[in-house]
Amino acid sequence: MKRERGQIKNDTNMPQNNYEYFLLMPQLIIAVGIVLSVLVELTTKKSEQILPWLSIALFVAAAFDSILNINQNFVLFGGMIEVGGKPAIFNFIFNIGAALVVLSSIDYLKKYGAYFGEYYILVQSSVLGMMVMSGAKDILMIFMGLELMSICFYVLAGINRKKLSANEASMKYFLLGAFATGFIVYGIALIYGATGTTSIQNLVENFVTYSSNIIFILGFVFFLVGFSFKIAAVPFHMWVPDVYHGSATSVTSLMSTTGKTAAFSVLIIMLSAVFSGASNVFRPYFATISALSMLFGSVVAISQTNLKRMLAYSSIAHAGYMAIGLAAGNIFSVAGIIFYLAAYVFMNIGAFTIISIVEGENDSKTDLNSFAGLNAKSPILAALMALFMFALAGIPPLAGFFGKYYVFISAIQSHLTWLAILGVLSSVISVYFYIRVVVFMYFKESVEDFKIQISPYSLTAVIITALLVLVFGILPDTLMNVITSVLH
Amino acid sequence: MEQNLLLTYLLLTPIIGSVLVLFFKKEQKELIRWFGLAVSLVAFVISLVVYFSFNQTNPQFQFIHQVIWIKSLNISYHVGVDGISLILVLLTTFLTPLTLLSTWKAIEKNVKMFTFSMLFLEVGMLGVFISLDIFLFYIFWEAMLIPMYFIIGIWGGERRIYAAVKFFIFTMFGSLLMLIAIIWLAVYASTTLGYFTTNLLDLYKVGPTVPHDIQGWMFGAFFLSFAIKVPLFPLHTWLPDAHVEAPTAGSVILAGVLLKMGTYGLVRFCLPLFPQSAVQFAPIISVLAVIGIIYGALVSMVQTDMKKLVAYSSVSHLGFVVLGIFAMTVESVQGAVIQMVNHGLSTGALFLLVGVLYERTHRRDIAFYGGIAKLVPLYSTVLMIAMLSSIGLPGLNGFVGEFLILIGSFKSPVLNSWWFTIFAASGVIFAAVYLLWMYQRVVFGQVTNEELKHELTDMNLREMIVIVPILIFIVWIGVYPSTFLKLTEVSTQSILQQVGTFTGNLLK
Repeated sequence: MKRERGQIKNDTNMPQNNYEYFLLMPQLIIAVGIVLSVLVELTTKKSEQILPWLSIALFVAAAFDSILNINQNFVLFGGMIEVGGKPAIFNFIFNIGAALVVLSSIDYLKKYGAYFGEYYILVQSSVLGMMVMSGAKDILMIFMGLELMSICFYVLAGINRKKLSANEASMKYFLLGAFATGFIVYGIALIYGATGTTSIQNLVENFVTYSSNIIFILGFVFFLVGFSFKIAAVPFHMWVPDVYHGSATSVTSLMSTTGKTAAFSVLIIMLSAVFSGASNVFRPYFATISALSMLFGSVVAISQTNLKRMLAYSSIAHAGYMAIGLAAGNIFSVAGIIFYLAAYVFMNIGAFTIISIVEGENDSKTDLNSFAGLNAKSPILAALMALFMFALAGIPPLAGFFGKYYVFISAIQSHLTWLAILGVLSSVISVYFYIRVVVFMYFKESVEDFKIQISPYSLTAVIITALLVLVFGILPDTLMNVITSVLH
Repeated sequence: MEQNLLLTYLLLTPIIGSVLVLFFKKEQKELIRWFGLAVSLVAFVISLVVYFSFNQTNPQFQFIHQVIWIKSLNISYHVGVDGISLILVLLTTFLTPLTLLSTWKAIEKNVKMFTFSMLFLEVGMLGVFISLDIFLFYIFWEAMLIPMYFIIGIWGGERRIYAAVKFFIFTMFGSLLMLIAIIWLAVYASTTLGYFTTNLLDLYKVGPTVPHDIQGWMFGAFFLSFAIKVPLFPLHTWLPDAHVEAPTAGSVILAGVLLKMGTYGLVRFCLPLFPQSAVQFAPIISVLAVIGIIYGALVSMVQTDMKKLVAYSSVSHLGFVVLGIFAMTVESVQGAVIQMVNHGLSTGALFLLVGVLYERTHRRDIAFYGGIAKLVPLYSTVLMIAMLSSIGLPGLNGFVGEFLILIGSFKSPVLNSWWFTIFAASGVIFAAVYLLWMYQRVVFGQVTNEELKHELTDMNLREMIVIVPILIFIVWIGVYPSTFLKLTEVSTQSILQQVGTFTGNLLK
């Protein structure tokens, strides 16, 4: 970690100006793609058929460009944005996740009644926002990225203006999101007032000095509270169930996975002083929200009969597990959180995509009862859903298990064994509702007689995520080595 | 280190087999059954090869195969066997083909998935017994839950969903606490050894040096996980439910092998990793074990359902095993290991035989039967032998194990009291009461139920093929136990030596 920081600090290591844009390629690909997409949308009548494939191409290109240039770790534009290294991994996760979501949306949107091109442009813009967030080296950049992402999400949540539930979701998301943004802005103002800078580099280097300043700490806590809304941690979770339930399933899958990842990437950036050895003054805060989220999410999910709502509460619980890493605050926990996020993104996209396949017109068929006897209707969907449920429950050797494993290790390293024990206890609780889905799919007879139209695109997306969940589970080193290589 | 791939082949056989099953068509039931049987037989043959090339005088782990798996956490695929694990591996590979054969008629629904689950389950069970990396052990321990969950949940009885979920959550609760202890131990190892490790052989050196009060907690976490699996009184409540609702094959595997994973865990991990705490808590645990022996027997006595009776008798029998382990003498631990095998054979046979009746009449309540000796003489004879072995009649296998455990616990310096033995011995008498009483009500007397005359037919060739090999071993262990005792002797000594080194002269 020391070496990497040194590299960034050293001005001679900054690339020549004309080279900067080249390093910013992933962001540029998406940015240019957005402009292109708008043109396509304006000029052709069939934009909804062209744009999904254009988006997928852009996302895949951006993903591979960032992962291939992972070693080109620089800070560009006078300390504004970081490329390569950690941001590259995050960009990879965002883009692959978004590509999978777009792939699964192609047929779903027809069913949902939002079959138009703007959807894809909004997805692209939100991903650009996430990429700005994950690479930010200045608090203002974080804010720009966050707003770009969030505003796209607000619109996406209500993409079908004729649906009451979607409107409600969009409105709730917007109001509470704006409220959270208010916290963040206020926090930024206080931090700036206390330190006179918005440069994260500066904040990290002088963290110990600043943290004796009560105004700075107050601002920081405001900032963290704002982001606790975004990662859906208790007690800032009120919007989650309604928004996840009311939005289109593909939108939910995007904002519950990549959106949460982006928020966590910001928390990791802001706390990088802590991760590289400064004492974790925010440990009580994170330990509290982590314990509350894990227990609350797991317990309340038990009583849910709607799968989208159940996964919403499960997502609250998962935010809690990841927050264990933030409370632990050592270098290992960064690796653990990033691994967990990657695993979580793919598990959840897989699960939501299966829900979107089973889902009928007008948001119907998302209840547990609709999944009864799924094994008889479609063995492959049932098997894949079971895989994702076991992965989310943290059964080895699947990706979700290793996410928890790494986070728990970091907690025990930081002498937070009690938090790890709370973590496993809520895992036991959560097992109940995850395997209940399996109970319905395999052990019960079908109660609603309907045919499932399996879209080949969605199925492809599910199979890709399932393979990733298996590979990250059986060979976690494939991902872990990449993560640790940028941290050390 | 010299690598030996034999155990890996053993593990790969059911893995490859279960994957291949997926490529069969759903309708090819016969073919799938034969294929499953063939795969499990190949695994059995490989385990025999392991047995015959095993050096019984070597206390070290043999057939070691170690490959780095997760480098960032220093976790390796590390397998090997000593005498104790080998005998349980043999039990597993021996019971699996028999169980598959026994389901030929009973399982008609979704044979493909059933065979897949059984083979997958065999992978998990074998993996648990041969893992020398505690993390690898944990993976198998957890992974094995999934197929068993499906076996109970899909092919089980009326309350199968409740039983399956209860089974899953009980086990998961214990094992997740064990996970925390595993991580804690590995992190602690990185301070004493200088590297993060889950290698069991390294941890044997680290475990005993853990500060005493923390060691107690770690021991507790491991112990809880294993005690739920055993199951030790008062953690046994999942067992009767799971047994009664599971299909015959599920019950046989559950009683035959799965419960042994708990007792195996006690021998392999709890004793050598945390010897001081093991000695400290031995009396309390033994009290629970003795309560379990008597409680299980008393509850068995009042059961009206044959399967439930056998299920509660497991609680009683496994109490003997736990008592033997925590008496910590060579005799008692060896007796415990042999009793694990005995219980697998006798109780497995009893479940199979209850299953035979159930297949014909779909009734398990004792009151329904009566006087079946006249109708099915062959069956009645076989049931007699299995029952007597479960009671512990001298000359049959049950006697050897129970006798060794009783002797060992009698002179155990750790327990240091005769009362354990005296109360435990009463369990043997109770066993005779509840089993003989059941036998009398079911088999002897006049035929009480006209329906039986039409429905009951004697055992067919397939069922005899299933049961006879078990009977052979029941007699073999009873008459000439040294074949099996020799196998475990050196390994038992080496484990007790490890305990002895760290706890002073307490064991002498």
